[in-house]
Amino acid sequence: MNPPHLVILIPLIFFAGALLIPLLERWRHGCAYGVAVASAAVGALVTVAGLVEVSSGGTLRYQVSGWAPPIGIELVLDPLSAFLSVMLASVALLVLVHSGSVVRRELPGKAMPLYSTALLLVGALLGITITGDLFNLYVFLEISSLASYALLALGDRKAPVSAFRYLILGTVGASFYLLGLGFVFMTTGSLNMADLKLILSNLESSPPLLVGLVLITTGVGLKMALFPMHGWLPDAYTYASSTATALIAPIGTKIAAYVLIRIFFFVLDPGFASGEIPLTTAIGYLGAAGILWGSILAIAQTDLKRMLAYSSVGQIGYIALGIGLASPMGFIGAILHMVNHAVMKGCLFLVSANFLSRLGHADIRRFNDSTRVHMPWTAAGFTMAALSMIGLPPFAGFFSKWYLILGSVEESNWVFVAVILISSLLSAVYFFRLIERIYLRSPGRDSKYPDEAGGAAAPDGGREEVSASMLAPTLILASALLVLGLLNVWIVNRLIQPMIPAGL
Amino acid sequence: MDSIHAHYPYWVVLTLLVIGLWGMLLKGNLMKKVVGMTIFQSAIILFFILSAYKVGGTVPIYDEALGVGDPSLYINPLPHTLMLTAIVVGVAIVGEALALLIVIYRTYGTLEEPVLVERMK
Repeated sequence: MNPPHLVILIPLIFFAGALLIPLLERWRHGCAYGVAVASAAVGALVTVAGLVEVSSGGTLRYQVSGWAPPIGIELVLDPLSAFLSVMLASVALLVLVHSGSVVRRELPGKAMPLYSTALLLVGALLGITITGDLFNLYVFLEISSLASYALLALGDRKAPVSAFRYLILGTVGASFYLLGLGFVFMTTGSLNMADLKLILSNLESSPPLLVGLVLITTGVGLKMALFPMHGWLPDAYTYASSTATALIAPIGTKIAAYVLIRIFFFVLDPGFASGEIPLTTAIGYLGAAGILWGSILAIAQTDLKRMLAYSSVGQIGYIALGIGLASPMGFIGAILHMVNHAVMKGCLFLVSANFLSRLGHADIRRFNDSTRVHMPWTAAGFTMAALSMIGLPPFAGFFSKWYLILGSVEESNWVFVAVILISSLLSAVYFFRLIERIYLRSPGRDSKYPDEAGGAAAPDGGREEVSASMLAPTLILASALLVLGLLNVWIVNRLIQPMIPAGL
Repeated sequence: MDSIHAHYPYWVVLTLLVIGLWGMLLKGNLMKKVVGMTIFQSAIILFFILSAYKVGGTVPIYDEALGVGDPSLYINPLPHTLMLTAIVVGVAIVGEALALLIVIYRTYGTLEEPVLVERMK
């Protein structure tokens, strides 16, 4: 196959799956799950092929309909987008494999719309990573948003309301991006990223350009749930179905962070965004505030899903902090944390789905060591992901924090160092209280919920572990954390170093 | 005064943007939020169309009498095509917003946010 065609295949496979599901569902009822998993598997394979191709042969470019850029739309698979697309597609594949019985239990009869929009979402997110055109990016951003509003609205009674709130704020965000794009377009006359880079490097900064960049940053920040703009996230994640949350939480907000990285470090000269208006620095401090805010609120939650949602607000802050450093170390830390957090959060949300489907609740106060006896593997997966979130070596989470701290020390930014250290302590607080309950607290000690401990137990006190199709993805993600941690030197040297833009 | 006179279409767009944002974020009725959203999106579309405008330019369709030598004779077609896409996106969002409102109204029997918050408890 002609290598450049790989690039357009990546989103096309998912879009084709999204269109096929409603058609095939009419022909044979109940095939949505199979089609979704199959197309995600093929899509993941193609992204891996893309990564191999890019790391051996260099950047792949595809001209849509044969129109040459800058007039035509260009799709670009460079080291950064190839790496992220592999991460995206594989996490999505594992979540989809896991989803079978969750969807049957939580959303009976809604498998077809759920899987169709899920594939649409993943395809659009992959489209964002590979596009080389800022307006095309807006279109993919809106497709992914439309799909995620629909996915988040499929849930309990409160889900449509929180999805509507997200829709309003998400539209404000996307519209700000579009408006900012208008200013950039009026100043430069181009929308192609590579072309813009050339034009902008010869251009003095001017008020319209700066206004445009501020608008773009605000808009994307809203989509990313950057600190003061995170209000939509906790409700939307809590009330949606477990599958929707497990799909959107690990990869949705990361892609918005990717957009910021792409614009600040690849389209603009890396020094530009920290020049006249220190945009990257502002993002870094907002991220630092978000880390503390999200972690503190996570401690206050009693529902596991809601706790994880607040912790997502905190974790996106780490990526923002890495962007704020605007140095090679910060860049490595941000990219590594994107991947690590996607795997950790994916694993944790799958664990919460497992708890929900076996215990019927995810209320932290009601966990005790009968949970471990009944679901030993799920508990093990949870512990691994939690230790990684706290940042204990050799788990992956340690290394991204390590690079971020190194970067902060390098820039003598002691505020960031303090924030990272304090937040590790805070996440230890909110994860260890759960680990302590699962492993050490005997059921009898909880006088508040005495019957719950015995009630949920199996008659013979034996295992109540979830089915293999749910357990396998959870454990694969959990062990991926170990692998990512142990291989981190190789990943940084082979995959992340080549994508650091010149001049950073 | 001068800057208003010279750029009055932009001031109209800015006013529309502010009205739309106000409707989306501060109105208590969910339907009015959707109306605000539509105004906001239309303002952005107008903004792009304005950026394409040239005094004395004509419709960007090839005209034998004018030729292709002088770009100032045609207005810039690119923002128009971009906005065609943006209109499609906008319609899809409004459609989805209305679908969500129908579900919300069926579940809670209201679209007034204070009442809705009360009934969600």
